[in-house]
Amino acid sequence: MFTFVMRNLLNGVTLIFVVTGATFLLIHMSGGNIARNILGDDATIEEVKAKAAELGLDRPLLTQYWNWLSGVLSGDWGNSYFSSQSVASAMNTRLPVTLSLIFLSIAITAVVSVILGTWAASRGGAVDRLVQFLSVAGFALPNYWIALVLVLLVALPLQGIFAATGYVPLSESFTGWLSTITLPALAVSIGGVSSVAQQVRGSMLDTLRRDFIRTLRSRGVSRNAILYRHALRNAASPAMTVLSLQFIAMLGGAVIIEQIFALPGLGSLVTTASLQGDIPIVMGVVTYMVAVIVIVNLVIDFANGWLNPKARIE
Amino acid sequence: MTADTPRDIAGPPTGRDKLGSGLLRNPMGLVSCVVLALILVVGVFAPWIVPFDPEATNLQRTNTPPGGAYLLGGDGSGRDILSRLIAATRVTVVASILATGTAMILGVSAGLLAGYLGGAVDATSSWVANMLMALPAIVVLIALYAVTGASTSISMIAFGVLVAPSFFRLVRTLVVGVKNELYVDAARVSGLSNLRILSRHVLYVVRAPIIIQASFVAGVAISMQAGLEFIGLGNQGQPSWGGMLKEAFDNLYVAPLQLVWPGLMLGITVSALVLLGNALRDELEGSRNVRQKRPTSVIPSSSDGDTSNALAVSSKHDNNVLLSLEDLKIAYPMSGGQSKEVVHGVTLRVHTGEVLGLVGETGSGKSQTAFTTLGLLPPDASMSGTVSFRGTRLVAQNEKQMAKMRGKVIGYVPQEPMNNLDPCFRVGQQLIYGLRAATGQSKAEAKTRLLKLLDRVGISDPQATFAAYPHEISGGMAQRVLIAGAVASKPELLIADEPTTALDVTVQAEILDLLRELQSERGMGVMLVTHNFGVVADLCDRVAVMQNGKLVETGSTSDVFADPKHDYTKMLLDSILDQDQLRTELRTGGKVST
Amino acid sequence: MNPLLAIEDLRVSFGSGLGRRHAKEVLHGISMSIEAGETLGLVGESGSGKTTIGRAVLGLTAASGGRIVFDGQQISHLNMAQRRKLAKNLQAVFQDPYTSLNPALTISDVLSEPLIAQGSGSSEARTVIADLLDKVGLPSDSARRLPREFSGGQRQRIAIARALALDPKLIVCDEPVSSLDLSTQGKVLDLLIEIQERTGVAYLFISHDLAVVRHISHRVAVLRGGHIVETGSARQVTSEPEHAYTKQLLLASPVADPIAQKERRERRSRLTALDSPSDRLVKDA
Repeated sequence: MFTFVMRNLLNGVTLIFVVTGATFLLIHMSGGNIARNILGDDATIEEVKAKAAELGLDRPLLTQYWNWLSGVLSGDWGNSYFSSQSVASAMNTRLPVTLSLIFLSIAITAVVSVILGTWAASRGGAVDRLVQFLSVAGFALPNYWIALVLVLLVALPLQGIFAATGYVPLSESFTGWLSTITLPALAVSIGGVSSVAQQVRGSMLDTLRRDFIRTLRSRGVSRNAILYRHALRNAASPAMTVLSLQFIAMLGGAVIIEQIFALPGLGSLVTTASLQGDIPIVMGVVTYMVAVIVIVNLVIDFANGWLNPKARIE
Repeated sequence: MTADTPRDIAGPPTGRDKLGSGLLRNPMGLVSCVVLALILVVGVFAPWIVPFDPEATNLQRTNTPPGGAYLLGGDGSGRDILSRLIAATRVTVVASILATGTAMILGVSAGLLAGYLGGAVDATSSWVANMLMALPAIVVLIALYAVTGASTSISMIAFGVLVAPSFFRLVRTLVVGVKNELYVDAARVSGLSNLRILSRHVLYVVRAPIIIQASFVAGVAISMQAGLEFIGLGNQGQPSWGGMLKEAFDNLYVAPLQLVWPGLMLGITVSALVLLGNALRDELEGSRNVRQKRPTSVIPSSSDGDTSNALAVSSKHDNNVLLSLEDLKIAYPMSGGQSKEVVHGVTLRVHTGEVLGLVGETGSGKSQTAFTTLGLLPPDASMSGTVSFRGTRLVAQNEKQMAKMRGKVIGYVPQEPMNNLDPCFRVGQQLIYGLRAATGQSKAEAKTRLLKLLDRVGISDPQATFAAYPHEISGGMAQRVLIAGAVASKPELLIADEPTTALDVTVQAEILDLLRELQSERGMGVMLVTHNFGVVADLCDRVAVMQNGKLVETGSTSDVFADPKHDYTKMLLDSILDQDQLRTELRTGGKVST
Repeated sequence: MNPLLAIEDLRVSFGSGLGRRHAKEVLHGISMSIEAGETLGLVGESGSGKTTIGRAVLGLTAASGGRIVFDGQQISHLNMAQRRKLAKNLQAVFQDPYTSLNPALTISDVLSEPLIAQGSGSSEARTVIADLLDKVGLPSDSARRLPREFSGGQRQRIAIARALALDPKLIVCDEPVSSLDLSTQGKVLDLLIEIQERTGVAYLFISHDLAVVRHISHRVAVLRGGHIVETGSARQVTSEPEHAYTKQLLLASPVADPIAQKERRERRSRLTALDSPSDRLVKDA
């Protein structure tokens, strides 16, 4: 178990280094453009050069990366090129919004998928057809498309209940938070539910056809125990693999959906930063997001190892 | 030996490539194909079929409703929505081709190489693929925008790189699977070159899945591209569905209808691609999975449904008869509403303390007969006839009634020991679940009894085995555990389905000894399903021989072996390899050193 | 005269390619030989390494030590091109007739595979295929059909036809009848014997079933844990074995005769009571 934990942790840390390194190199290979972007088209070549020197963009790439990295490790993420606000403080105001959206979404996805998938596998019928339909619809329709429909058909007619725009932090008002976060979370999780529920259904059906289920039944083990204790647990492992991939997709989807519902999260921050060429902010958001993915995947891996003894040794 | 249907049903010779024609017979596939063809045509001929210049503004027609000179109305800048939709179709088609093409070229070639070569190539490319998959594509594309600015082609090629792992993993898994197939070994032994093997055996298998994956990826690429445009990170100089969505969204309170057109185009196109992929996949998986993939509810008992619900003790019951099957028939539904009968009216008895061998070849229906006794036929099987236990008539499809019998009075020993333990639970834990379900004992009582029993079935360290996971014990040990589980609740009848077929011959002998000892200790009746006459000779008091779903001969073991009556039994006994026929050593005999 | 196949001190290890430390040796120095036209039966339980010997001879598994000499040529470390030339004389029949034929290829495609690999033209191949199908007792219209239209026994006949296509000197048969029904088993074995008597091909016949090996082999070698424990004529090894493990193997396989089996069972329990052979054998081996 210890090696299992260490290996996953090491993989996660490596991922963060590789991604930040690659992003950094990619962005800074066009060092001149960054300064030009900031100053606009009217600036002279000398002004651009001076700006680049001021920002340290003229130094060797590895030096720049090292400076950035050592800054991050000591808590200094740099400052925005445009607003002189520190990246860390921008993150601190934006991150909670995105996290509350994304965690609510993953919770909805996990719970609804298990209920729908198990039901579809054990009883069939209308729920099974719903899962089948969802798996196509949720995959075929982009989540921002669904978000737009929700705005048109739910938020606008029911303005008292759901807010079409804005965000109320959980710490201020629970109902306010709920009214601003529910629709975005719904839009983010539909895609996740569609594929995770389908996976739960599929692996439940596969498990129910396996020989040991027959043997358990032959001992007189009840139908419910077989379904919820044995089949569900065996089905959990492939379902969680899909969940961890879906989480990445959901995080990406949140970036767009935040902007539809005007949630002040990382999505609008990184979009604006990218349009302006505000590199420190872009780097900060990318790093934060990859870190969140690594942490969530670690948690899912642990849960997997706990549920499935074989996963621990493989 | 599994009881599968005979495979030598000769039909007309079949061609290889039916995927295409099958797709057009599938209504979903046909509709998707037509929609996609239309979109492609519109995309290709866009410059010639637009009614207006898509960029031309006419301020008088700003936000006009549909139906005027602008068929779908005008947008917030007074441009023709229809013309813009058509022009944007072209952009979309190009974008999806770029992304899908990039992903396919990278993913498929890397997957083929990694799968076929293995080793360091495989390790490296798998590592890279895992890295790419852990990235949220849209965030990377947003970051990339900061460098490259607005360029649909660059962002779509980058997206292609980001989704290449989906092709990579698909192809790699398929290739690894094919590489381990015996027919690839056979091709290698036949002297085929690597390139030939790849093109002849491997490409054939990966071709269709790649096409399916491509249609999914194209769909995802279109929504990704539109998403980027929607948040403003697109090329403002050209019309696009995503850009139009954004403009309409900004215009939401003035003309909400404008949101519908690009939304519809986007939804229809992506859905058509996904449905096409689904239709292709259904076509590829074909009928072989159709029956199994759907959850089916229990089919009610067929012919004797009204009478059999009541438990009745038949008057002419012989006290020695433990289990009695009367005119048992089992059928499975076939495609096309018909059903195929696999057991045709079997009547047989197991007496108290008797070992009955049920013998037959593949497809004889022997396992089906045994499962009926346990009420464990697959849910789509339909059954008629009666099963009585000690004179009490059971209804095999009455799940509640059968559940009461299972475990308590009838125990079951399966064929493949390693597949018959739940891999997620410790051995002891699942034995306790079973025993408590049957007897309602306390956990501690159950544990004490099971530990004693594990010792009895010849497990040297019962405590350690009790705490082990199934993957930590050997096949022989697993079969001992399963036997312990079957007899723990002291059943009167044991159904053993090929209990030694999967085991080595030395382990088989030990398991047969164990079964014999347990049977005589407890006076259980045993129904032993097997194809091996040696096992029958070793263990059985009586034999029942089955052929193609019919019982052809029953008798005491010594009688049947000494004087078989039915031709089929004679044929089977004759096919046992003649122990007296021996080939003499060639005079030139080679040497084997010990 | 040199034997057709000579295996000398063959060793095979499996395990991670990086560093030999993790490698696990499964064959610990196997030596044996086969004459032209002879059947050598190789019998052993799961994990004995019997299949690995066959795969090493066929070049599907790399040898980590020792030599394999076939027809005067050292073949244990051939490159791909040399291996392909060898295919003419060295063929195989595998265990599972369901996976040893590509489900997507017609029987004609399957059978022409070795012919085309050796450079035959397609019309030439067609005549050979008709002849091959006839040899293994299948109707000539089988050529246009797909493998799934045939039963297990028929498929194994097809696999045998494929092995015969190039008129080889040695066929490695890896458990060729163990997935077949009893009534089919005997027929396939008799077909193999008949072919051998007609063509003079040699077999390396691998099986877990002593009765099957006894039926077809001239000589038998018994394998356990990667070592050969006993070897000799089929009669000697399968009737009066010398080694305790072979005795145990023989007595453990039940005979289809209630009276003989009762006696065999009693002999076995006496042997087991005498000492615990499984412990002793490990040191022996």
